[in-house]
Amino acid sequence: MKNIPISAMIGLFFTALYFLMAIFAPLLAPYGMAEIVGDVWEPRSAEHLLGTDNIGRDLLSRMIYGGRTTIFIATAATVLSFVTGSVLGFFAAVAGGWVDQVLSRFVDLIMSIPTLIFALVVLSVMPVTVPVLIVVMGLLDSTRVYRLARAVAVDIEVMDYVEAARLRGEKMKWIIFREILPNALSPLVAEMGLRFIFMVLFVSTLSFLGLGVQPPEADWGGIVKENKDGIVYGIPAALLPAFAIATLAISVNLVADWVLNRTTSLKGGRG
Amino acid sequence: MHPVVKLVSQRLALGLLLLLAASALIFLGTLMLPGDVAQSILGQSATPEALANLREELGLNRPALVRYFDWLFGALQGDLGTALTNGQDIAESIGKRLGNTLFLAFWAAVISVPLAIFLGLLAVRYRDRWPDKLISAVTLASISIPEFLIGYLLIYFVAVQMGWFSSVAMINDSMSLLDKLNAIALPVAVLTLVVLAHMMRMTRAAILNVMQSAYIETAELKGLSTFHVIARHAFPNAIAPIVNVVMLNLAYLVVGVVVIEVVFVYPGMGQYLVDHVAKRDVPVVQACGLIFAAVYILLNMIADIVAILSNPRLRHPK
Repeated sequence: MKNIPISAMIGLFFTALYFLMAIFAPLLAPYGMAEIVGDVWEPRSAEHLLGTDNIGRDLLSRMIYGGRTTIFIATAATVLSFVTGSVLGFFAAVAGGWVDQVLSRFVDLIMSIPTLIFALVVLSVMPVTVPVLIVVMGLLDSTRVYRLARAVAVDIEVMDYVEAARLRGEKMKWIIFREILPNALSPLVAEMGLRFIFMVLFVSTLSFLGLGVQPPEADWGGIVKENKDGIVYGIPAALLPAFAIATLAISVNLVADWVLNRTTSLKGGRG
Repeated sequence: MHPVVKLVSQRLALGLLLLLAASALIFLGTLMLPGDVAQSILGQSATPEALANLREELGLNRPALVRYFDWLFGALQGDLGTALTNGQDIAESIGKRLGNTLFLAFWAAVISVPLAIFLGLLAVRYRDRWPDKLISAVTLASISIPEFLIGYLLIYFVAVQMGWFSSVAMINDSMSLLDKLNAIALPVAVLTLVVLAHMMRMTRAAILNVMQSAYIETAELKGLSTFHVIARHAFPNAIAPIVNVVMLNLAYLVVGVVVIEVVFVYPGMGQYLVDHVAKRDVPVVQACGLIFAAVYILLNMIADIVAILSNPRLRHPK
């Protein structure tokens, strides 16, 4: 713990804070998520620390519950993306041959269409619910994880210890989970931070476009959409999520940078 | 055949193949996913007869492959079908909006590309000193905020608080170029900020990568000035990666436009797409998706071709 640089400590602290806020949202929020407790766009006061929103709900409560939804969806999608992407990536690297070719070319094809456009096309025919959002975001993003996992695994796959395992007669499952996974973990963990941020931005964007989390559920992108009309009257309610998203993204970035630097120095890289 | 011609034609063929595959993915993907176009037009309370009639009318009962090829050949001839929601010709609606979108993206590119390369060079020149750190900090901040929020931050502080420029970017044909530019000033600024960060980071990384080569060390040991080393020795070798960076970001710009148009109520493709996703107007979504994918694939293809052309080892084979 002593060797953690100050920037990574700050990052860890704020990341933990956001996750704790998401977990304990019902305890922390002063009012209910969809409870109308005041006038429209009240300025900040002792009762409403951040004021109220476009139909008189407490903004602080909505921000806390919104953070919960955003972080939950982003985390679930990141996990899905990592499990699918890395298992398929390792599998392609170990199997090689036509399996690798088919998987890799398919991933190339998916990546040739911009992620947002692809998501919009899919969401035009699918019902917009939280599970659908998680699956669509997770699977689309798993193409990026697949590329990284495959590239890392191809390097590991030619190592002597993998060959030793093969000669021992180990099955593919052993090679993927016992030989490759432990050695590929650190670059994947660093990437995970970046993918998580991307997911937060992605779900916020979809909700802002009205194609993500549906009202009355709150999420950070949705809060912008609900309160955007206030901006022209000089009411900054819609800008609050900007602050939340930016601080969360920067803290996760700081942690990811540290993990990445630590792992490159382990490999004897020049840093 | 000259190897460059061969490589370029291979890349062109690959691009076309990719485009074909992408069109199939978009069309068949929307068919395979659960969901019923007729149901979504008529709503949950529709009678079975009405649903059957509408399916017949829209040709939903024909086999998927036949419909795909009909759609593809139509699209090749500029016929994208009609919108389900208002029966308008899609190609006609898209034509003008595509022009508006490209107009916006063009000006954002004109401003951001030279600026990004200049700032990237500056960051390398003053590496690890305050200009580099400042540039890194600003780029980190701007990639940590979603585009639409940067848009609203600018609207709030620039348009509302200071009263410069308008918060909506409406343009029409009767406006002069100067009026149009004034109207799109804020969206262009947002797009510039968004791609500038990525482009600068990647330019910096590309040049730093070249700077670690042996010939740069030689140039440094010869006692040449830092600027001379960067401009004359590093930059020409970094052209291919930089062009790559620029193209990737232009491709990104085309997508970023979708969200920014919604923020600024700009009459372009992005807003058209988002509106019709919400209305579940599948033909419009397919057509817009195809166009965005085509632009994206095209820009990526150009990046690869420039990389091939700028490689002297490929241009002058042994």
